[in-house]
Amino acid sequence: MKNEKKYLFDNPKNVKRLLYILYACCLLLVVLDFIIHRHIMHEWEKLWVFYPIYGFVGCVVLVVIATWMRTFLMRSEDYYDNPTNKDVDNISSDNKMLNKKGQHHVDD
Amino acid sequence: MWMIELPPFVPFFIGALILLFTRGMLRSAIMIAIPIVSAMHLMMVPEGIHLQFTFLEYQLTPYRVDKLSIMFAYIFHIAAFIGIIYSLHLRDTMQQVSAMLYAGSALGAVFAGDLLTLFIFWELLAFTSVFLIWARRTQRSYDAGMRYLIIQVLSGVILLVGTLFYAHENSTLDFGYIGLDSVAGWLILIAFGIKCAFPIAHNWLTDAYPEATVTGTVFLSAFTTKVAVYSLARAYPGTEILIYIGAAMTCFPIFFAVIENDLRRVLAYSLINQVGFMVVGIGIGTALAINGAVSHAFNDVIFKGLLFMSMGAVLQMTGRMNGSDLGGLYKTMPKTTILCIVGAASISAFPLFSGFVSKSMVMSAALEEGYDWIWLMLLFASAGVFHHAGIKIPYFAFFAHDSGLKANDPPNNMLLAMTISAALCIAIGIYPQALYSLLPYDTGYNPYDATHVLAQTQLLFFSALAFVWLNLKGLYPPELRSTNLDFDWIYRRAMPHALQQLFSVIWQANRSLRDALKLRLNLYLSYFSGKNDRLSILLSRNYPSGSMVMWVAVILATYLLLSFI
Repeated sequence: MKNEKKYLFDNPKNVKRLLYILYACCLLLVVLDFIIHRHIMHEWEKLWVFYPIYGFVGCVVLVVIATWMRTFLMRSEDYYDNPTNKDVDNISSDNKMLNKKGQHHVDD
Repeated sequence: MWMIELPPFVPFFIGALILLFTRGMLRSAIMIAIPIVSAMHLMMVPEGIHLQFTFLEYQLTPYRVDKLSIMFAYIFHIAAFIGIIYSLHLRDTMQQVSAMLYAGSALGAVFAGDLLTLFIFWELLAFTSVFLIWARRTQRSYDAGMRYLIIQVLSGVILLVGTLFYAHENSTLDFGYIGLDSVAGWLILIAFGIKCAFPIAHNWLTDAYPEATVTGTVFLSAFTTKVAVYSLARAYPGTEILIYIGAAMTCFPIFFAVIENDLRRVLAYSLINQVGFMVVGIGIGTALAINGAVSHAFNDVIFKGLLFMSMGAVLQMTGRMNGSDLGGLYKTMPKTTILCIVGAASISAFPLFSGFVSKSMVMSAALEEGYDWIWLMLLFASAGVFHHAGIKIPYFAFFAHDSGLKANDPPNNMLLAMTISAALCIAIGIYPQALYSLLPYDTGYNPYDATHVLAQTQLLFFSALAFVWLNLKGLYPPELRSTNLDFDWIYRRAMPHALQQLFSVIWQANRSLRDALKLRLNLYLSYFSGKNDRLSILLSRNYPSGSMVMWVAVILATYLLLSFI
């Protein structure tokens, strides 16, 4: 695999760099919060770095709740494709029982 | 001036008819020409009523132009144009014809000046679009299309009932402000709400759109829900309940989007989320809010189309759509990656992209009118939409782990369509005044003040930081092959199951009842035959039936003999 082309993010250093840029931007935005005078429409906005905290906490809560939702919402991929999986078993076992007893009904 | 009187859906319907009889380059040329010619025609049409006639004592207005409807007409033309370019490589008459009819139906609906015309196009939207789902020609898409059709037609039927009530109460069919003062108002709201993917009625969208064809989904995402948004904006502006419904629509789908594996289904959930912003805007009902809702609908058609197109390109080139199968495609699909990121930045409302200039209007309006909690929900939804549509979609498709899939960028026509959309996203973001001049109201709103830009950028960057942090900590839910239960479980699983149980109980009861009855009957029969045995030998059970058959044969033979004599 010597000849395989190296791509941008194959090098972990580049990923690191991108992350550092992100951290720097976040820091800069927090600093700007104190420099730029903003006209405030709502009292919550007066809180210290309201938007960054709301964004961060909001996303973490979102992901935590969504992950928890998986525990009771997740099913196998073909869940709806074979809708009567369980029911088919029931019917065949019913039939077996009937066959054994020889009770097939005229109306069946 | 018959040209002016020609409603815009007519060229699309005629075009669809011509498509049936043409092939190859000629067909492509006609398909591209129709939206361009029709849009040029539309620019010359003045506001007002251009077509009207009386039908069964009711005034019908199939062609009424005002600022609200023309705004939607423009965006539908743009969507049709982009969608057609995106699907130029197709050799599938069914899809091309139905896409043309579908776009025409949407145009017919927004220019409908009365409820009956609206109802007709409402149903046409359903019947023409379902072929875009069935065109995938799999059992799954057939089933999903069937469910889609049933729900859409149900919406139409409710609209018709509401229309009849409305006509009875007001003795007019005019489609204007309706409000919730009457039964008719509620029925029509429910009909609109189903098409608008209100909570609980939203599953037709997340069910059907991801099952449609690569190009079909692009068309589907543009028209149906936006027609519903238009109808709500016309009939229910300032209806308070819409604010709460809309806020719910912005919030709940993002949870599902985070854990969904099929990336086009993720986009379907985020479509509901975006429509939620529009519904909130309509519910608030001030000039600024309505402007926000309408312009957001305009932008959403473009950037959501762009995202569906980029995911369609991935599906087309790799044959896969699950986040768990994809990854690392930026290496071999660099152009698609960049275009997808533009779409992602637009839907996340980054400054200088189109989502920012329209979403902020709705949020500002919510604050101005004192809906603080709604505003907080919208803010949460903004962070959430960035999280799942802005980061998750590009990240799991193009970056993340290397899936080893080797694919190329899609055909040129697909790239061109995506490029047009991306250019529009950026152009509207940089120069929103062009969009604002088309809006129904003049509010002099300026999205680019330092406060807004800073607040939105902070929100987004720290959402991104949250994503990075969760990923590094290993807390981010991995993409898993799975189906997540949503409300459609009720009608796809619970109700059929309950009905099955119910029927099996009914059959059982029925059987035991009949058995008991037959037993009784047999008892009576044997009682009577037993009596007869004692009375006469002829009617007796012991008398063999074979002898009777013999006697009948003898009689018949005698008859035969006699007939020869």
